[in-house]
Amino acid sequence: MNIAKKGDWVRIHNIVLTPDERAPQVPEDTKKVPLEMWDKGFLLNDEAKIGEEVEVETYIGRTIKGELIEINPFYDHDYGKCVTELLYIGRQLRDILKDGESNE
Amino acid sequence: MSKDMSYNAVMGRRNDIMKKAVGLDYEKFESKGILFDYDAMMRDTGYSLQEIQNIQEETGIGNTPIYELKNITNLARKFAPKGKGARIFIKDEAANPSGSYKARRAATSVYHAKKNGYKGVIAATSGNYGAAVASQAAMLGLKCIIVQECYDSRGYGQPEIVEKARKCEAYGAEVLQLTVGPELFYTFLKLLEETGYFNASLYTPFGIAGVETLGYELAMQFREREGRDPDVVVATNAGGGNLTGTARGLIKAGAENVQVIGASVNLKGLHMASDKQFNRKSFTTGHTGFGIPFATWPDRSDVPRSAARALRYMDRYVTVNQGEVFYMTEALAQLEGLERGPAGNTSLAAAFALAQEMDKDKIIVVQETEYTGAGKHIQPQLSFAKDNGIKIIIGNPEDEVPGENIVLPRNPSLIKARDLDLNKIRKSYIKNCLANNPNAEITKEDIEFLAEDTKSDAEFIKSIINELKEN
Repeated sequence: MNIAKKGDWVRIHNIVLTPDERAPQVPEDTKKVPLEMWDKGFLLNDEAKIGEEVEVETYIGRTIKGELIEINPFYDHDYGKCVTELLYIGRQLRDILKDGESNE
Repeated sequence: MSKDMSYNAVMGRRNDIMKKAVGLDYEKFESKGILFDYDAMMRDTGYSLQEIQNIQEETGIGNTPIYELKNITNLARKFAPKGKGARIFIKDEAANPSGSYKARRAATSVYHAKKNGYKGVIAATSGNYGAAVASQAAMLGLKCIIVQECYDSRGYGQPEIVEKARKCEAYGAEVLQLTVGPELFYTFLKLLEETGYFNASLYTPFGIAGVETLGYELAMQFREREGRDPDVVVATNAGGGNLTGTARGLIKAGAENVQVIGASVNLKGLHMASDKQFNRKSFTTGHTGFGIPFATWPDRSDVPRSAARALRYMDRYVTVNQGEVFYMTEALAQLEGLERGPAGNTSLAAAFALAQEMDKDKIIVVQETEYTGAGKHIQPQLSFAKDNGIKIIIGNPEDEVPGENIVLPRNPSLIKARDLDLNKIRKSYIKNCLANNPNAEITKEDIEFLAEDTKSDAEFIKSIINELKEN
């Protein structure tokens, strides 16, 4: 779905500062890239395509503009992959407590 | 006529914007020169400790349980010299609404905003504090905007920060996310100006006074269950507010002899405002990247004078490595049946090492935990680290290089609390005070202020000032 209708929940993106507008104290690598922002809201335009400049009403009711980048945005952060390096810890701890590797 | 919204113009209006948004005139605490009246500023919240306890009780904050970590204590005793290995306790602050002690820090600000007719609150934070402000705002019916530094220029976000955005939205807040950079403050000021909302800053007296209840409650709980005050309280240290508020609360409870130790994750060498290094760390707070700059110059925050002044209350400052904290997070789950977020366990890793220096009958307390969940958990954080080219090694924590590897200790005996030189940090703070007041004639009062603000004495301050002037 690449077309959002009025009232759809969408995510927008903006450039806040271009690289040449960035603050003087910013490190060199950061100075090479723009300051970007993301926010979400209900679409106020009748219809819009991904990539178009749109207006939205944020959840608390502010009206803001930006480039439409996502329709019905969702979170996909999770519990990560299996980190095998962690597997020894629990067994090691229980062994030490049981057998008493120790200075006691 | 529309206002000039350029970076320089908005930054130029910062004092006016802040005055309206905090409702506190910081000018009245200032005098000529270096000093300002910290105690007067803290009194000026207009809320007593008792009133803040009542405010917090209304929204279900506080009275969090204390657990004795018997298995972790036994583990520490396996490695401690004979007769050593203090009893380790933890205060389960994750039991607060929003899942961390930050609920305490948010409560007074949000209450004060509501009482003074503000329609909403804004906070600049990527951490638990955002969730706390959003949760409190939901309870009191205020609107809430959270401004987060979340992504690098590739659009990659720390899983922990992304989870915090989700949590804030769950409470009905608007979350504005930005890429790396200190100009977050510019966006923050624009929002304050546009909305007229209250600046629920982490660093106002309201925020810090809210944490005093933690220290006070902790002292009372130990008197009730152990008949005495603890010997040591370890607080994870970043911007200084956690430690400052807790220490002030302990003092208000009359527990003046408790040693307060700050602990931070060692992120030496990583620049916090660097786009490339942003995702090469696995801790978003509680680390030296905030701990050291805020200790050496607390007034760098988003208010003219920070109420969080860690040097004023800190007896000792130690660091632990990322891998050590991850190991202890696993230990807390596996040995104590408590699954809690990693950042809060920074002081647990330190306490595990510190307990081994202390006699068996002594008490050491880790004063907070935080919630855990998708993103905010060792598994996704280490997965993310690997995806960003960080090597995960099982070995000696001494070999950890922040931004390059994370070393999980081969054996818990290798977990250490490494002391930072507090006098060096004090000196650096004094240097910053002089640099920020280049023409000030240093008075006796300035010296007294600096001695108090660094928990040292006039002789020490004078010798440092002389030394700095000679160079």
